[in-house]
Amino acid sequence: MTLTEKILAAHCGKSAVRPGETINAKVDFVIGNEASTLFAIRDLEKLGCTEVFDPDRVCIIADHMTPNRGIDEAEVVKINRAFNRRMKIANYFEVGQGGGICHVVVPDRGMVTAGEVCVGADSHTCTYGALGAFASGMGSTDIMCALALGEVWMRVPETIKLVYTGALPAGVTGKDVILRTIGLLGVEGARYKALEFTGAPIAELSMDSRFTMANMVIEAGAKNGIFPVDAKTLAYLNGRAKRPHTLYEPDADAEYERVIEIDVTGMEPQVAFPHMPDNVKPVSAASANGKIYLDQVFLGSCVGGRREDMTIAAGILRGRKVNPNLRLIVIPGSQEIFAWMASTGIMTDMVEAGACICPPSCGPCGGRNLGILASGEKCASTTNRNFRGRMGHMDSEVYLVGPQVAAASAVLGYLADPKEVL
Amino acid sequence: MPDETICGRAWVFGDDVDTGTIISAKYMTKADASGLPAYALIDLRPDFAEGAKPEDVLVAGRNFGCGSSREQAPFVLKQRVSCVVADSFARIFYRAAVNLALRVIELPDATKKIREGDSVSVDLDAGKIRNQTTGQSYDIHPMPEFMKSIYDRGGLYAYVEERLKEKGVAHEQR
Repeated sequence: MTLTEKILAAHCGKSAVRPGETINAKVDFVIGNEASTLFAIRDLEKLGCTEVFDPDRVCIIADHMTPNRGIDEAEVVKINRAFNRRMKIANYFEVGQGGGICHVVVPDRGMVTAGEVCVGADSHTCTYGALGAFASGMGSTDIMCALALGEVWMRVPETIKLVYTGALPAGVTGKDVILRTIGLLGVEGARYKALEFTGAPIAELSMDSRFTMANMVIEAGAKNGIFPVDAKTLAYLNGRAKRPHTLYEPDADAEYERVIEIDVTGMEPQVAFPHMPDNVKPVSAASANGKIYLDQVFLGSCVGGRREDMTIAAGILRGRKVNPNLRLIVIPGSQEIFAWMASTGIMTDMVEAGACICPPSCGPCGGRNLGILASGEKCASTTNRNFRGRMGHMDSEVYLVGPQVAAASAVLGYLADPKEVL
Repeated sequence: MPDETICGRAWVFGDDVDTGTIISAKYMTKADASGLPAYALIDLRPDFAEGAKPEDVLVAGRNFGCGSSREQAPFVLKQRVSCVVADSFARIFYRAAVNLALRVIELPDATKKIREGDSVSVDLDAGKIRNQTTGQSYDIHPMPEFMKSIYDRGGLYAYVEERLKEKGVAHEQR
């Protein structure tokens, strides 16, 4: 069996499962956010459900609309807060007090560990596959079922094995590797599949880069993306994870639907051009038809708001100034990261450059808050989606980039190859 | 439970219609979702939300419902049409639709077989889609058994309700 098949078999009490089989999987952890869990909260109340399957295995944090964006949003967050209190869910973190984006807070606080099954009412729940867990995003009703019963129905996916080869050039991060991968697969290329990430370049990637990569598998349609557990994973989990982990290895004779080799030698930073996450080209294509002048650069989100992203961006912003023709919005992924940026001097460097630092939250990523685009505006963003109208007006444009391109573009004022500033 | 035959007008869309296009975050500010169906697909087809009749059929190309997991997307469509027929569905949308008992049907080359404004009838029990305008009929793959059982109950809510009642009964017997 593949990695995913092994984890799913273990969670439905079977010695083996095969792709295509429908199972009822026990879940180890359930996540959601204030926007996505509304239907679930309402339904649990209607069902007369006075407790969740295990209050220590739930985290439904408010990140999409916080700090409360308006009266309507304040009411939504209030419902979420009340639910957490009523159900005695301790994993609730207010803005300023450990709050932030769920996909940053959940792993950083050790709420999911290797070998577990985690489902969430958010499409980017797949992020935790970086820990060698099975993690998949679903709808509110699925999460209602998971909260009530501690299990969820699932079809076992076929696995596509991705074998990366070659040496990653300096400055190229997991964001570039996953953009390139999505460009190759297409937005539907991994529909319903599990992606297994292997190869020497993967081992070279930091945990932050692996979270970034796992986060975006849904943009190729995948059910989940899973990384091998190695020394880096164990170092991350050690002293952090709330529960013991389980280690799995794919069998030598595991059956994969496809094996795709991707050579990363000499690859450039990548850009997903409007309006599809698979419209990926190397950054040098940005100047193919003259410069693409930007109105905003956004550094943040569950994909691009981690320590590695901030470190890389600060390296370029330090001693430089944000171009006066655009806005640089920086949103740390969590209160912890915010505090770390302050203590390391990274925040000072960014502020002096002219960055607008905002409260840890999803911000403008999904078009809700803190940096929405007007008609005709263009934004280079370290986020994961660029469908038309995603970050604001239907006539705005979003270019998905990694932290290096984001910072270089913020300084130069146009979508830029980092080589131009380095 | 036998399914009635649906017969209505086809509203045809292209490939990769994402859930953010189906229902944009800018409308999803309130706790109460009852006002949302009025904004279904509004930026892409302003006439759809108001013009669609309950018996109508939404037809789409590949990867329908990609992007965000927002369940408001299948929810608003359930309030506007009787079923969605597409070349292919993104996985989160598909399972959320099944959970809400919104009929979702895969049909290869759907947008070539059914054109905007065609009259379409869908007979799930017989496993057929018939384009009344062109006179052509197409077979539909039966939904996998487990998914059908959720759908036949009226959605996953009913399934969870049954399971909780079983647990409740077990407690009473102790």
